[in-house]
Amino acid sequence: MAKETGIQRWKELNPGMAVTCPGNAAELKTGDWRSMRPETDCEKCIKCGQCYILCPDMVYSKNEDGYYVQNYYWCKGCGICARECPVDAIRMVQEVD
Amino acid sequence: MSKRIGIEVSLAVAETVGLCDVDVVAAYPITPQTHIVEHLSELVADGHLDAEFVPVESEHSAMSACIGSSASGGRTFTSTCSQGYALMSELCYIASALRLPIVMAVANRALSAPINIWNDHSDLMYARDTGWIQLISENGQEAVDMTILAFRIGEDKRVSLPVQVNLDGFTMSHVIEPLTIPDAKEIREFLPPFNPVLRLDPASPVSMGGVGLPEIYTECRKAQDEALRASKPVIQEIFDDFARQFGRHYKLVETYRTEDADTIIVALGSIAQTAMTAIDAMRTRGRKVGIAHIRVFRPFPAAELVEAIGGAKNLVLLDRSTAFAGGEVSGPVALEIKCALFDKGLAPKVGNFLVGLGGRDVTDQNFEEMVERVASAKNGDLPAYEFINVRE
Amino acid sequence: MGLASEALKNFKGFNLRNLPEVEPLSPGHRACQGCGEVLALRQALKAIGNNVIVVSATGCMEIVTSPYPQTAWRVPWLHVAFENAASVVSGVEAAYKSMNRKKIIDRPDVTFLAYGGDGATADIGLQALSGALERGHNFVYLCLDNEAYMNTGIQRSSSTPFGASTTTSPPGRKSSGQATWKKNVVEIAAAHGAPYVATASPAYPIDLMNKVKKASLVPGPTYIHIYSPCPTGWRCGIEESVEIARLAVLSKVFPLYEVIDGEYYLSRNVAKPKPVSEYFKPQRRFRHLTEAEVRFIQQRIDEEYEKLLQKCRVQDGK
Repeated sequence: MAKETGIQRWKELNPGMAVTCPGNAAELKTGDWRSMRPETDCEKCIKCGQCYILCPDMVYSKNEDGYYVQNYYWCKGCGICARECPVDAIRMVQEVD
Repeated sequence: MSKRIGIEVSLAVAETVGLCDVDVVAAYPITPQTHIVEHLSELVADGHLDAEFVPVESEHSAMSACIGSSASGGRTFTSTCSQGYALMSELCYIASALRLPIVMAVANRALSAPINIWNDHSDLMYARDTGWIQLISENGQEAVDMTILAFRIGEDKRVSLPVQVNLDGFTMSHVIEPLTIPDAKEIREFLPPFNPVLRLDPASPVSMGGVGLPEIYTECRKAQDEALRASKPVIQEIFDDFARQFGRHYKLVETYRTEDADTIIVALGSIAQTAMTAIDAMRTRGRKVGIAHIRVFRPFPAAELVEAIGGAKNLVLLDRSTAFAGGEVSGPVALEIKCALFDKGLAPKVGNFLVGLGGRDVTDQNFEEMVERVASAKNGDLPAYEFINVRE
Repeated sequence: MGLASEALKNFKGFNLRNLPEVEPLSPGHRACQGCGEVLALRQALKAIGNNVIVVSATGCMEIVTSPYPQTAWRVPWLHVAFENAASVVSGVEAAYKSMNRKKIIDRPDVTFLAYGGDGATADIGLQALSGALERGHNFVYLCLDNEAYMNTGIQRSSSTPFGASTTTSPPGRKSSGQATWKKNVVEIAAAHGAPYVATASPAYPIDLMNKVKKASLVPGPTYIHIYSPCPTGWRCGIEESVEIARLAVLSKVFPLYEVIDGEYYLSRNVAKPKPVSEYFKPQRRFRHLTEAEVRFIQQRIDEEYEKLLQKCRVQDGK
């Protein structure tokens, strides 16, 4: 398990400082960056997939009912999804805590 | 079966690279290296070498392509010198830090300005901080042998570092010598296929070349430093293996008539061969002189060098480049040698001479003058270095 | 039939019902909130899939995806220097070609992808790109154009649009921002005879993904210039990235087109274009422009679009 601060002993390094854990950046909770969070009103959602394909942080995934749901671990709260939703089903609300 | 033929040294190096079954050659022509890359492209064009010859548009792109190729697991070769080396130099640091065993033949040539296509060691010295292993050849046979050795040394998993094979431009690259070229089968027995620990492969993704924050950069440098340090015994081990297979034995520091010498010359490259002729002449006149010539400049073999020269009263240290330090300290090679001696508490009388710059010949006569100069000087009278054979 | 046309004759594109699910880039990267460049990169990688080797130039994407000991890359990735993504990928491609042919490996279908920003492509990396295009290596090159050297602090590049404010083309008493017109690298790539060249915008993700997929299918060198909004450098709202990427197309500032075997095809004809002033409004980097300067820019945009139309045949749905 790689430490986010990168403190390792020189003997523990791979040659050339290569990283052999693909995609381990996902360990970082970029969700801590946000001050607003997107919330989807499923009544309005038409499952078009725009929020999914326009998110720079791969926050959305489809649930069993076909709605796109957020993974708040990574959501940076940029608001692109809320701005682009064609039926205004997503709104940005103040993040609590 | 090895064949013995008369062949131009550049072509012999190219033939050898071909026999080592490289996968990619990415190179840009620069005098006097051109015959090496021209012949390699001929070998590929005629089907004698199955490799991709990438005619890149600059030396910077040559080393870039070599890094891409080696990182992908391809056995990779390039060649350059002088300005071309300077242009690719930023990438040479990267190649060694990424631990990629690229082999590069450097046909040593002077650096501009003024532009000069002839032989000296400016590019060899330029490269010394890049983390590459530097092998030095003094004649055509050594150029051939060092090329084979370079692949084997660099690709050894205990090393995994890029290797330079230095040969003097024009004075070596363009001369025809009778050389023994091993055949492909003999080379295959000595040089196993390249099998890197890590490579770019969708089946097993790795990220190479990421950001090294202050928290980790020192550790990376330490790891690389240890790798170069650990390569020294491996190099000698592989030299010994080469001797068993091909009969020619190499050492990190070669010596000639140093056993009882009170004056020892230290030099790199083909002028050492001229020095040996001068030494024989001086010996007939009773002068006890010998030469230690350095075959592996990086990693710097301080221990072996001190053992070879530590007993001498007088040292004649030759530099074939000017690392402009302002005049109060010696030239680059002499500096390293003096440092090695100091660390062992030794302080012989040392003369440092800048010779053979930009293709100027170094003659037997010059050697006799330098030896005489140091031998007859009083302690403390010699300057940090001096140019010889310069028109005042 | 040309090289690209032959390779693309049975091409079936993506649509919103069959979006690729693969994510070669992981979340957790350190890009700014609302980064249009990482969005474009994400879409492009989804179109290609996991059978790829990626070579990166130095820049925002390299920095935000590779903070040791982490990597956002789920596919093989190599970063070497700023100006040589194209020459590094040439070496990767050459090694794979050689090793496949010599049967050292059996990986005949890997896509070789190189990307760099506008700095890495149009300025310091132009030589390497030109060499790789001329030599005809089989690779896809993406220029992720955020119109300045963003990673080092928003300095101008040759891709910075006329009049834009950057830290090295700041408006002042003697200056109106960037004094030169945006360098047209798309035309440079087309002039090299690359069989497939295109422009794309992350506001049109299906179009972008189709183009990247096409580029990966066409043998030889392919080049895609992708408009990448940067809220940090352009000084717009973080939620506006996609909207500005759309406005750029709808105001004809960044037309979407393809050059296939030398033939120009407009991807989206802008029938009722928006005025360039509307495009400028959300971006504070253009705030200082006078009306006369905006008129000058509008005129030049109109002229360039006309010239492009003359080269194009309008194709629906391709």
